[in-house]
Amino acid sequence: MAQIELEIVTPSGPVVSESVDIVTAPGFGGVFGVLANHAPFLSTIKVGELAYKQDKSETVLMVSGGFCEVSNNKITFIVESCEKGTDIDVDRALKAKERAEKRLAAIKAKGEKHNMVRAEAALQRALARVVVSKKSH
Amino acid sequence: MASLKEVSNKIGGVKKTAQITKAMNMVSASKLRGAQKKMEDFHPYAGKFNDTMASLSGGASGDYPLMEIRDVQTAEIVVVTSDRGLCGSFNANIMKLADKKIAEYEAAGKKVTLVCVGKKGNQYFKKSGKIRKAYTDIMGSFQMFNARTISMDIAENFEAGHADEVTVMYGHFHSVGVQRPTAVSLLPVKPVEQAAGEEKAASGDYIYEPSSEEIMDVLLPLYMNVMIYNTMLQVGASEQAARMTAMDNATNACSDIVSELTMIFNKARQAAITGDLMDIVGGAEALKG
Repeated sequence: MAQIELEIVTPSGPVVSESVDIVTAPGFGGVFGVLANHAPFLSTIKVGELAYKQDKSETVLMVSGGFCEVSNNKITFIVESCEKGTDIDVDRALKAKERAEKRLAAIKAKGEKHNMVRAEAALQRALARVVVSKKSH
Repeated sequence: MASLKEVSNKIGGVKKTAQITKAMNMVSASKLRGAQKKMEDFHPYAGKFNDTMASLSGGASGDYPLMEIRDVQTAEIVVVTSDRGLCGSFNANIMKLADKKIAEYEAAGKKVTLVCVGKKGNQYFKKSGKIRKAYTDIMGSFQMFNARTISMDIAENFEAGHADEVTVMYGHFHSVGVQRPTAVSLLPVKPVEQAAGEEKAASGDYIYEPSSEEIMDVLLPLYMNVMIYNTMLQVGASEQAARMTAMDNATNACSDIVSELTMIFNKARQAAITGDLMDIVGGAEALKG
């Protein structure tokens, strides 16, 4: 099967650089999949789950906001953070999710609009982490 | 001539100072390694980011609030300095550059506001009353969200029309020996030009999701993040490098002083011995009568 080159870079360095069969990522309009020789493509990336398959073994990662570019049979993710599913502790992720929910509820009660965006983003990240970590354990 | 006791006290003191400066030199050296690594890690991200910006801004047309070019009435300068001193003229050089720029703006009849990132800049400009916002004690840990808070604030201020032009000043890390104060224009964002001779798919061929305009809306604030974060990393590395050099010089100066003082000490000791001998010989002569 033809393969596509996958590269994920974050501010703290490149994370993944491999040839893979298929990549699925959380795009702006929903999850999309990219196979080899995809047309040039540019999309923003939401917080969520990024998966790629390579010879039947699947790897799941958690990514947070950024964007991705496909050109010349190469897909590049430029995201603010990226964690491997196997590196995430399920229990910790669950606890973080609870904390984020509580914080959001507290902020909602107070009606602080500024902090709400941040709290929501934190909750989204926590949720994505839980999903990804459960899948890879 | 100073007494023996005084000189030997002084030698002890200088030696202790040398110990401290030497320790600081070594601490800076190891911190510099960390800061340099962070900078290198960030490099691919910034590089890819700029590539995409270039291919996108070539094809994108439209007005973005962050790219709006206005008649400059108020200019904002973001001064990025270190939080701590004892790093030679590093911070002073950045401030000097900022002072020059402020004078230029004011001579042209423009208002200047400052955003100080890092404690030193804040201390220096406090009395000028130009500071709009100050972020201190954040240079120690390089975190992307710190940069985000700053860039969000600057963007809001720009969009609200309180500033028509934003420049960032920081110490650019050229090498361990050289850190140059540098000014970079931040806002309005200028379209990134594609490197000449680069054969890339024409940006019009791209499929955009969402539209290229909406992507730009997401990208521009991120771009500011990248710029601010980059300057913070640069200043972090430069600060350590500057401190390393400054402390090395201080340690050398200390050992020079110690050898000078030792010379004085030995001379004083010799003089005392000679004096004592003269007394003894004189006394013996007197007894012989």
